[in-house]
Amino acid sequence: MLLYILQRILAAVPVIGFVALFVFLLLRLTPGDPAAIIAGDTATPAQLEAIRDSLGLNEPLLIQFFTWIGQLLQGDFGTSILSRKPVIDLIADRMEPTISLALTTITLSVLIAVPLGVIAAWKQGTLIDRFVMLLSVLGFSVPVFVIGYLMISTFSLGLGWFPVQGFKPISDGIGPFLHRITLPTLTLTLLYIALIARITRTSMLEILGDDYIRTARAKGLPERTVLMRHALRNCSVPIITVIGIGFALIISGVVVTESVFNLPGLGRLTVDAVLSRDYPVIQAVILLASLIYVAINLLIDIAYVLLDPRIRYS
Amino acid sequence: MSLLRIENLRIALNGDPQAEVVKGLDLAIEPGQTMCLVGESGSGKSLTALATMGLLPNVLQVTDGSIRIKDEELLRASRSRMRSLRATAMSMIFQEPMTALNPVARVGQQIEEVLEFHSDFSAAQRKSRAMDMMEAVHLPDVEKMYRSFPHQLSGGQRQRIMIAMALVMRPQLLIADEPTTALDVTTQAQILKLIQELREEQGTAVLFITHDMGVVSEIADDVTVLKLGEVMETQPVESLLRHPKTDYSRDLLASVPSQVPRPARDPSSDQIVLETRDLCKTYGGGGLLKRGREVKAAQDVSISLIKGRTLGIVGESGSGKSTVARCIMRLIDPSSGEIVVGGTDIATLSQRALKPERRKIQIVFQDPMRSLNPRIEIGQSIIEGPLNFGGSREAAMKRARELLELVGLPASAVNRFPHQFSGGQRQRIAIARALAMDPDVLVADEAVSALDVSVQAQVLDLLSELQERLGLGILFITHDLGVAAQICDDVLVMQHGRVVEYGPAGEVLGNPKQDYTKALIKAAPGRHWDFANFRPFAEAAE
Repeated sequence: MLLYILQRILAAVPVIGFVALFVFLLLRLTPGDPAAIIAGDTATPAQLEAIRDSLGLNEPLLIQFFTWIGQLLQGDFGTSILSRKPVIDLIADRMEPTISLALTTITLSVLIAVPLGVIAAWKQGTLIDRFVMLLSVLGFSVPVFVIGYLMISTFSLGLGWFPVQGFKPISDGIGPFLHRITLPTLTLTLLYIALIARITRTSMLEILGDDYIRTARAKGLPERTVLMRHALRNCSVPIITVIGIGFALIISGVVVTESVFNLPGLGRLTVDAVLSRDYPVIQAVILLASLIYVAINLLIDIAYVLLDPRIRYS
Repeated sequence: MSLLRIENLRIALNGDPQAEVVKGLDLAIEPGQTMCLVGESGSGKSLTALATMGLLPNVLQVTDGSIRIKDEELLRASRSRMRSLRATAMSMIFQEPMTALNPVARVGQQIEEVLEFHSDFSAAQRKSRAMDMMEAVHLPDVEKMYRSFPHQLSGGQRQRIMIAMALVMRPQLLIADEPTTALDVTTQAQILKLIQELREEQGTAVLFITHDMGVVSEIADDVTVLKLGEVMETQPVESLLRHPKTDYSRDLLASVPSQVPRPARDPSSDQIVLETRDLCKTYGGGGLLKRGREVKAAQDVSISLIKGRTLGIVGESGSGKSTVARCIMRLIDPSSGEIVVGGTDIATLSQRALKPERRKIQIVFQDPMRSLNPRIEIGQSIIEGPLNFGGSREAAMKRARELLELVGLPASAVNRFPHQFSGGQRQRIAIARALAMDPDVLVADEAVSALDVSVQAQVLDLLSELQERLGLGILFITHDLGVAAQICDDVLVMQHGRVVEYGPAGEVLGNPKQDYTKALIKAAPGRHWDFANFRPFAEAAE
């Protein structure tokens, strides 16, 4: 098992290297010049050239790429062109809001979606089932920003229960933290409830037709035990997969939700960096996202082994 | 007082009396008795069992009748009452041991779970009771077995776990729904013996559902014959086998293939249409860092098939018989050896060079429900091969109509879809599809195993007739010695990928030399009965 994890981590190195090259080239090939943005509208061509020189943008692409990779290997993510701060600090500042939002959203979604999916499958074709399916269609089709503004207008402006915008870290106390993160979480969670409930329902329906479910009933087990102990555990693999991918998705890009609620998270950092062509920041953020995907996929694979004894790695 | 008494049971699809699947069934089982419920598919035998357990699928409903266990009416029992009766008063085991156990739970815990809900035992008592029960079903190394997951056990071991689970609360009635159908004959014989033994020990009555008259002759006290949801007759086993009262039972018995090989036929030709020399197939062994485990699925298999003759390959699961068939068809590539079809060695031909050779050899698979594309009209399925080799659509379609008539279906059926046919009819279509290529060799891979006995007999007759008419060489893969005895001229017995015995059918099956062949023949249920003549073989010899 340990060997397997080691192998997987090694296998991730070329993946991340390829992502690095791809991001680097993509950015250099997109129109837009960071020097022009720094210099402002009134700069002379000579000033622009000086700025380009100081940023190393006049070097050949290959040199630029290897300089960057060399720095990365020493743990140096470079400095932001715009704010002149180390990129690593910028990202560290923005991690907490995004990870907080991802954790609250996924936790809430799982707590609501899995029972909904199980009940919908168990009562297939009934009113409850149809309600769950309707909810999931809504969750998929209503855009996040619409839900976000609806939430704000109802719960902040209308009822005054929650603040309109902002974020408080958990170190400021659990009360203020929850007070501010509730609305963004509710906004984002609907989509993930839809996704997870649907996957749960589909897998449960398939599993409920399996022979060992009939065996469990023939043993005289109560329906709750049949569902939870025998059926749900057998659908855990697809459910865990969706949860993992959902988590990675939130961390690497909840741009809209963060913008609507003015959360200082990674999504906002990415958007700002892209708008100002802040190459070092964009590169670092995308690299981080690919790292997160690789790590979460590894965690999902490890979860498979723990949940299903038939899956073994050699 | 009967232990189980079913009276006038009616089960209908969606409760619609027009769509009745069980039509006024009566059945009674006395304590300690073994009652066999026999019938072909669609006879309602499994539904009767599920109705007794209260486990009918939602689309089927009991519309009338009564099911009483020790005078308690089950059809009016509450859900919770039914739950508490299951496993304590009546238990059920199923056909597929491979899928009937929860794959992610340890088997010991699955047995214990019954006690968790039906007894006041402490955890320690539950465990020791479960282990005792595992001993009672003769599982080896119980400590280790207790912690195993289902996929780590063989089919026979899994069925033993199922039986342990069913009997751990000592119910008075065990319902066994085709419990040995998916098992190899030697395993089947052991499981039948186990059920008999536990029945005697615990005094359990058994309702045994089967389609196999051989099994019936081995274990039944009484037999109820069902046809399309109606009871044909109920008799003690011996009198049913000797004097069936209804034509249906008589036909059912007459269709059972006899274990005694048919008289040898004189070869009408000496032209070899298919030959293999030292055919081998090895799986695994590759691997980047370390060498993986090699599995020798077939080793040094040499056969030769003469025009107009049938060669049977028999063996249990894992014997390599299907691997050989697939290599010969080049559906998988052999590791070494030669496959000579009509004078050409096709073992190592490239896909392109192989194409013209494919005409000469065609295959019919086991499961007719899955081997025809459900979205294509059967006529299209039949002409697909010939069109691939060029030739006009009209000519191919005309030939498809002729072929359908040849296999006993109306020519007008070309425009229908597979789901509009029964299993036997579909297998006829699959045969027509194979014949559309005018092959010299037909490979039948368990081609009659999924069919009811009466249908099986018809398809076997059809194959013999086609062979006579077209001079086909047939390679017949089967696990059923009776079927092999009835259709094969030569028989090859395989075990663990090796050839055990190979020779004329009369020799191999009538007078086997090897221990393994003898063991196979000895394990086949009902080998003492000459079903078609309604008497034991011992009497025929007198």
